Amino acid sequence: MLAFIIRRLLQSILVMLTVGLIAFALFRFVGDPINNMVGQDTSLADRAALRESLGLNDPFLVQYGNYLINAVQGQFGISYQQRRPVADLLVERLPATLELSLVAAVLALLVGVPMGVYTGLRREGFLSKVFLVVSLIGISLPTFLIGILLILVFGVMLQWLPTFGRGEVVDLGGWTTGMLTASGIKALIMPSITLALFQMTLIMRLVRSEMLEVLRTDYIKFARARGLTNRAVNFGHALKNTMVPVITITGLQLGSIIAFAIITESVFQWPGMGLLFIQAINEVDIPVMASYLILIAFFFVTINLIVDLLYYAVDPRLRVDKLVAGGHGS
Amino acid sequence: MAVEQRGMEVKVDAPSAGLWAHTVDGLRRFFDGDIWYSFKRSPVTILSAVITVLFMSAALFAPLVAPHDPFDLAQVDLLDSFLPPIWVEGSDPRFLLGTDDQGRDVLSTLMYGSRISLGVGFASVIFSLFLGVGLGLVSGYVGGTVDAVIMRIADVQLSFPAILIALLIDGVARGVLPRDLHGEIWFYVLVFAIGFSGWVQYARTVRGSTLVEKNKEYVQAARIIGIRPALIMLRHVLPNVMGPVLVIATIHLAIAIITEATLSFLGVGVPLTSPSLGTLVRVGQDFLFSGEWWITVFPGIALAVLVLAVNLLGDWLRDVLNPKLR
Repeated sequence: MLAFIIRRLLQSILVMLTVGLIAFALFRFVGDPINNMVGQDTSLADRAALRESLGLNDPFLVQYGNYLINAVQGQFGISYQQRRPVADLLVERLPATLELSLVAAVLALLVGVPMGVYTGLRREGFLSKVFLVVSLIGISLPTFLIGILLILVFGVMLQWLPTFGRGEVVDLGGWTTGMLTASGIKALIMPSITLALFQMTLIMRLVRSEMLEVLRTDYIKFARARGLTNRAVNFGHALKNTMVPVITITGLQLGSIIAFAIITESVFQWPGMGLLFIQAINEVDIPVMASYLILIAFFFVTINLIVDLLYYAVDPRLRVDKLVAGGHGS
Repeated sequence: MAVEQRGMEVKVDAPSAGLWAHTVDGLRRFFDGDIWYSFKRSPVTILSAVITVLFMSAALFAPLVAPHDPFDLAQVDLLDSFLPPIWVEGSDPRFLLGTDDQGRDVLSTLMYGSRISLGVGFASVIFSLFLGVGLGLVSGYVGGTVDAVIMRIADVQLSFPAILIALLIDGVARGVLPRDLHGEIWFYVLVFAIGFSGWVQYARTVRGSTLVEKNKEYVQAARIIGIRPALIMLRHVLPNVMGPVLVIATIHLAIAIITEATLSFLGVGVPLTSPSLGTLVRVGQDFLFSGEWWITVFPGIALAVLVLAVNLLGDWLRDVLNPKLR
């Protein structure tokens, strides 16, 4: 167990160091940082002095080390375009993205799990077939198209919901939220549905196949033989045992949701980190790009690490499986 | 003796005759086989295949079959802009699906757009396939440190969504390359970005089957008679691990098309001068609010139908080739 944790931790650190190296290489070698900082009329001598004082003449590894130390302390440099510290920009945008992602994740779970249970229990039912067809369409439709269709129907034709932005937000000591105002909640509806739809179909299919698997096992047959009610068998015994993979997959998908938020934010002009990143790409704003890269990698690595450790702790079978499966890998 | 002589006689055009006989034989076996039987019995699959073939021919022959050339400035007239599709009032019978803001025929831009979407999609799948199958084969056959390194990289890459990796590669390339150079080589950048984001699936599958194949007797026999490892991999192992690869490639095509469309929609994919379906949706989005819905809805529908058809084909192929996966 301890060896597993240490190995996973080391692997995570290695990934972060690699991402940090890519980010730093971008930062250092794409364009000249000095040119991006000073005006046209700065003399060559001044430039050289600035270069020396900023440590740009140091060996590569020293510079990389300094970059990492700064990044760990939350100093990501200054945006070329907006002339403000990148860390401030990210902190400003973080609540919008996290709020959208969390609402979408909850939505995906609340709708996806019941749909999966239903299609698992009533395999031949008419509604099950409808759900399955809908899920296939949900997987085939690109996220941005769903967003645009929603805008067309509910924003332009029916004019029920706002089509861009967050609405009114309330500032709670550095954390802005749209959940407390009517316009904020209205603005959240379409983006969160857009973001949730793909994960929803994923969760539905997962729950369905897990339910089918579990319902075939002996202990379910035994529960039925004991004369338990259908409800007790289906929910008390079967559903409970499908929840382990569902929770882990949802946990892992949380990172994907934050990444996919780039697309949704772009469709709805949602002022989050994803929109900031897309703007940075279009304006070649390297510090912002590099920092977003590090931040999103950090989210992913942390989430994966936690989920892996939880998985290991929750499901004792995994430890045995690992040993058996070790021969052929995964 | 006679047989040998006949063999000598036809030797001049033997390759073509042999190829012809081989093809006929192969076709006959195909039509007698399970795949064709299951294809005939599934109306959904037939429909998907028809749609896919339609899209491909429309894309391939766009310059011949498109009613207008949307990129020929002589044919485009600004006075024709914002005409609705033919069943809406105020339309022009020349433009079946209406026109966009610059007076271009939407149906023709769709055909030219599919050309780019499918072109990038196919090229990315082929790139991914070569990279993934090659690395998987080496990883499985050679084993040891090589295997460990390749699979660790695959693990790390798999923990990030493919679309994010494609977006990052494309975005970084956009930042690194000078603007006019990027305008020229955008196709290769895009194919690399999308192709690189998808190689892991191929590599893992091929590695798994290679591990099984490599201990079989025919491989051991080949090794004993002293064939070089590279040749064993290519000539003996590769043909026997390609089955599942076909299924992955079909499903990957749908994913590659979606990825390209998404990147183009975000404005980091293909340049505006050669719009793909995703670009068309992005451009049309601005006119949604002024009522010109057809400029964005038709490319959107085309994209969704194409991806759905390819996905259904992939699902069917998976069920036929590997009934156990069901």
